Amino acid sequence: MPENNTPMLSLKNVVKTFYAGTVNEKTALNNLCLDLYPGDFVTVIGGNGAGKSTMLNATAGVFPIDGGDVFIDGVNVTKLPEHKRAKYIGRVFQDPMMGTAANMQIEENLAIAARRGKKRTLRWSITQQERAEFKKMLSILGLGLEDRMTAKVGLLSGGQRQALTLLMATLNRPKILLLDEHTAALDPKTAAKVLEITEKVVSENKLTTLMITHNMKDAIKHGNRLIMMHEGRVVVDVSGEEKQKLTVEDLLMLFSRASGSEFASDRAMLSAE
Amino acid sequence: MDFIFKGMAQGLIWALLALGVYLSYRILDFADLSCEGSITLGASMASMLLTKNVSPIIAVLMAFLVGCVAGAITGLLHTKLKIPPILSGILTMTALFSINLHIMGSANIQLNSVPTLYTQLSGMLHLSKTYLSLILGTVVCLAVMAMLYWFFGTELGASIRATGINENMCRAQGIDTDLTKIIGLAISNGLIALSGAFICQYQGYSNINLGVGAIVIGLASIIIGEAIFSKVKNFFFTLGGIVIGAVIYRIVVAVVLYFNMPTEDVKIMTAFVVIAALFVSKYANKIGKKHPAAKHDKKEEPSIPEEKEVKDNA
Repeated sequence: MPENNTPMLSLKNVVKTFYAGTVNEKTALNNLCLDLYPGDFVTVIGGNGAGKSTMLNATAGVFPIDGGDVFIDGVNVTKLPEHKRAKYIGRVFQDPMMGTAANMQIEENLAIAARRGKKRTLRWSITQQERAEFKKMLSILGLGLEDRMTAKVGLLSGGQRQALTLLMATLNRPKILLLDEHTAALDPKTAAKVLEITEKVVSENKLTTLMITHNMKDAIKHGNRLIMMHEGRVVVDVSGEEKQKLTVEDLLMLFSRASGSEFASDRAMLSAE
Repeated sequence: MDFIFKGMAQGLIWALLALGVYLSYRILDFADLSCEGSITLGASMASMLLTKNVSPIIAVLMAFLVGCVAGAITGLLHTKLKIPPILSGILTMTALFSINLHIMGSANIQLNSVPTLYTQLSGMLHLSKTYLSLILGTVVCLAVMAMLYWFFGTELGASIRATGINENMCRAQGIDTDLTKIIGLAISNGLIALSGAFICQYQGYSNINLGVGAIVIGLASIIIGEAIFSKVKNFFFTLGGIVIGAVIYRIVVAVVLYFNMPTEDVKIMTAFVVIAALFVSKYANKIGKKHPAAKHDKKEEPSIPEEKEVKDNA
């Protein structure tokens, strides 16, 4: 990426401490710095408690940070509450229940997502034109959801809900897409399908993306850049050709060199094979 | 039969309370106890204005507005001061007790000597009070149902519904959930106060204890309505079910009173009616759920279609 380009996302010396002043005090983000350039698809790995999710939540504004600044496309959003930052950010969560309203129809969920970053007025919540567009988009997912637009989302499987959430997150092209282990709760086959959809959506829209995964192979396979976190900082940052040549063994070695310890995530170890 | 019609007429105005409770309890998933205060607030406001010779229509509208303010205060206590829903409601309810006394100036206001909506309209339409109140109640309920149907179909209304289901998703989609909760509670309590404004005019007096037990009456109406209309999907008819639930509740009370049961037993009968409705709804759910669920297993929950998978792998 050219140096003079404004980063799409810039985390500058971000600090977040949970339970400050108690015995449980935990510095989740420790002067974290990270710049994402337009079109970067960054996969994030790291052990348990490395601060991966905290980084995403700090970016999304789920909680106020204790220090540092968050810039999105050059705008300082550090003080903006979550719902206002949502204008720039699309999110998919680990829990398939979290990203959709179960008791509402598929098309109602999409209509709500279509108004992300816009004023919600007393106009009717969904237009005929939108219905046609949603139908087309759903058919691209290849899950048969286009014929069930008025079904309640609660009736969908976890994989279908994640695919729908992904569509909702990217409906209004976000400046940044945050994926927080969005395939972790799915069975391997469904996870692969959702990842495939993710890859398609991200590349078609050239989205700047941060994707946390506990699967090292997925982290290597997807995206143009890989970062590894440890104790609230980025300890490994590889991109381009160097990343393409990575193996799981390389990653484990990089990790122990950077952190001075063994990679401490059972799930990651298991999925590393 | 007259006592049945009277029960129905009362049910139609208490239905506004039930609709208000439905908005907070079911749509926003917020157990709002301020309704006990806001129904009395509506009655106090309307009767105070009526004794000052304000037009009944304006008195009713003012009652709605002050109810909205009360609801918004509960919403502010909850969202801005992070007070839990039940406690926010109790605080508003407690404060409203004093406010209602101040508005009325005493614990009772008699409306026998002032023109009310009922006396004015029965003069104009030459109808008996019972028939008039049946017609008026039906018209008001249908109008409120239509407005709620419209409102919850709008962008703002949809975001309020979504707030009650999944706040996390709402914030991720840029919805200010504090604001949607405050608006939802304002409308809910506005309707509840509207109910109070009609009740005091119907019964011809306002009393500081009018709201005691209102939450139970509201919930009972919702439970009865949902038990009977458990298969209804359309939002308008769901609201209609709640109105009918309120009417049924009042008919039961009217029957109890008609058979000269001691008035001190009304409350225990209320409890029995709710328990019976809960029993019926549980029973109805058991029957009602079996078929749709069986259908979901087959039709509604294919994870990711198998054929597509094969194609993609190939």
